[in-house]
Amino acid sequence: MNNEVILQAENLSRYFGGVKAVDGVSFSLRRNEVLGVIGPNGSGKTTLANLLTGFVKPSKGKIFFEGQDITGLPPYKVADRGIARSFQMVKPFYQLPAFKNLNVALLSPRVRRLAGGRYGDRDAVAKDLLEEVGFERDSWVISHQAASLPHGYLKRLELAKCMALQPEVIVLDELFSGLSLAEVASLVPVIEKLVHQGKTLVMIEHRLKELFRIADRVLVLNFGQKIAEGEPAQVMEDPQVKGAYLGSEAEE
Amino acid sequence: MAQRKERIDRGIKVRSDDVFVLTSWREMLYLAAPRVVPVVALFVLGLVAGPYWERVLISTCMFALLAISWDLLNSAGMVSLGQALFFGVGAYIAGTLNHYLGLPPGLTIPIATIGGGVLCTVALLPVLRLRGIYFAMVTLILPMMIERVIEATKIFGGTEGISGLSTLGNPHLEFWLAAVMVFVALFGFRRMMGSDYGLLLKGINDNDRAVMSAGMNIYHYKAQALFMSSSVGAFAGAFMTHAYQFVGMPVFALDYSMIPIASVAVGGMGTLAGPMLGSFILVPLSELLRGLGGLRVVIYAVILVVFTVGLPEGIFHYLSRKYNQFERWVGVER
Repeated sequence: MNNEVILQAENLSRYFGGVKAVDGVSFSLRRNEVLGVIGPNGSGKTTLANLLTGFVKPSKGKIFFEGQDITGLPPYKVADRGIARSFQMVKPFYQLPAFKNLNVALLSPRVRRLAGGRYGDRDAVAKDLLEEVGFERDSWVISHQAASLPHGYLKRLELAKCMALQPEVIVLDELFSGLSLAEVASLVPVIEKLVHQGKTLVMIEHRLKELFRIADRVLVLNFGQKIAEGEPAQVMEDPQVKGAYLGSEAEE
Repeated sequence: MAQRKERIDRGIKVRSDDVFVLTSWREMLYLAAPRVVPVVALFVLGLVAGPYWERVLISTCMFALLAISWDLLNSAGMVSLGQALFFGVGAYIAGTLNHYLGLPPGLTIPIATIGGGVLCTVALLPVLRLRGIYFAMVTLILPMMIERVIEATKIFGGTEGISGLSTLGNPHLEFWLAAVMVFVALFGFRRMMGSDYGLLLKGINDNDRAVMSAGMNIYHYKAQALFMSSSVGAFAGAFMTHAYQFVGMPVFALDYSMIPIASVAVGGMGTLAGPMLGSFILVPLSELLRGLGGLRVVIYAVILVVFTVGLPEGIFHYLSRKYNQFERWVGVER
């Protein structure tokens, strides 16, 4: 980890009518850092992911990526700059074979630019990526329609789609949700490898045990506001965090 | 020698998923037959048909083009209820250019094809963000709106329309041109949908947000697909204008929106060939039933229901599945 700030959010807010989904959240992310974002249901985690990747425009506040203002850019431009995301509700291309799902990302202008104007053998690259996230190579799985794949594979496919874009920052929206312990255990090394390769990760998670193994820093949201930020162990000692997760005692 | 049954396409499929490696004339024939037979059949039909049925075949070809353009648009995630918009705009461009400026059909049809495509694409650009039924509603309303505008302002001949336009000359030439265009569109777009570009369009259809997050500007691709589809529709309109030597408000009629969709439902969605097959069943069928008078629509509707209930996947999907299941006897060495 170095000290260069790659992604910075300043006073980021998003209101849906009267609901303050995200309210004045500021944080900065250093290159090659893993930031965990936790919080109870409805605390604004997914809205934060949508704000960072351009799917939702902020009502207030600014986002800087590699020193440039990316506030209000459309999703495809944000992705093109190098922020990839996975979706909590998996979004595969159901009618395409699993590996062809990655070809869509591999056809993007960013991938071509990074490869020096060529696309290369996309099918082979896609199969390599799928093997990396835990698909069995040379089996029927990689060439079967995404619609017929079990949930665990679709989650892996989401991660592989992010990796295909060769991004700087990956925003993972509840990658571990709906997976078995064994499946999570097999995905953790994949993520550690990404960190080793120098990627920066924002992980929105409910599975705290697995997250704390990976995350350098944790940011806690509650009702759209940041209530704590810091190292995992230290954050969990915070009375406000305990209150948000366990419920605070009624004041007498 | 003992024998067992084997699917004819087994040898072809086993060797590769998408690269066909053909090792015999028999395999070549197996692949070529479903493509060559319809082409030959249509041209033979055109040769044996009398003047009346030749006209029917021409309009069938135009409905087939509309159905193909509907299916293409649908493959890129845009459901249209208004192919009549494309058809009508093309028809009016060709008609007015021919009537007011005296341009020959050889010029008006290409101009109407490109110009109609551009006009319709620009008209629908603001609603490209809409998905599903919302996009469909707009496409349904636009042709009706244009129809009323022509009626109210009496431009381009108003309710009378413009008649006495030039023909392409020879009716046989008209048929041949129509048939060639259908197959050019069919095989061209099928090829396109199999390429990387088609992969992107299918991706947008499946999941536009995922394509966006892959760094792709989906509106760019949607606009291109819209242009291709509306050009095909506009060509059909321009061609019919010259074939009937008349253009008027009926070109925006609901028929031109609904028959293509019915063809897709009967033929099978997402294949391009299915919609074409569907129109080659439905349009001549409606001509055959013409003698029945008032009952015609009832019987037509019953046939439509029978098709959609009996073969919800569409005739083309059914036929292609059966074709792939053809078996032959092969020798087994012991």
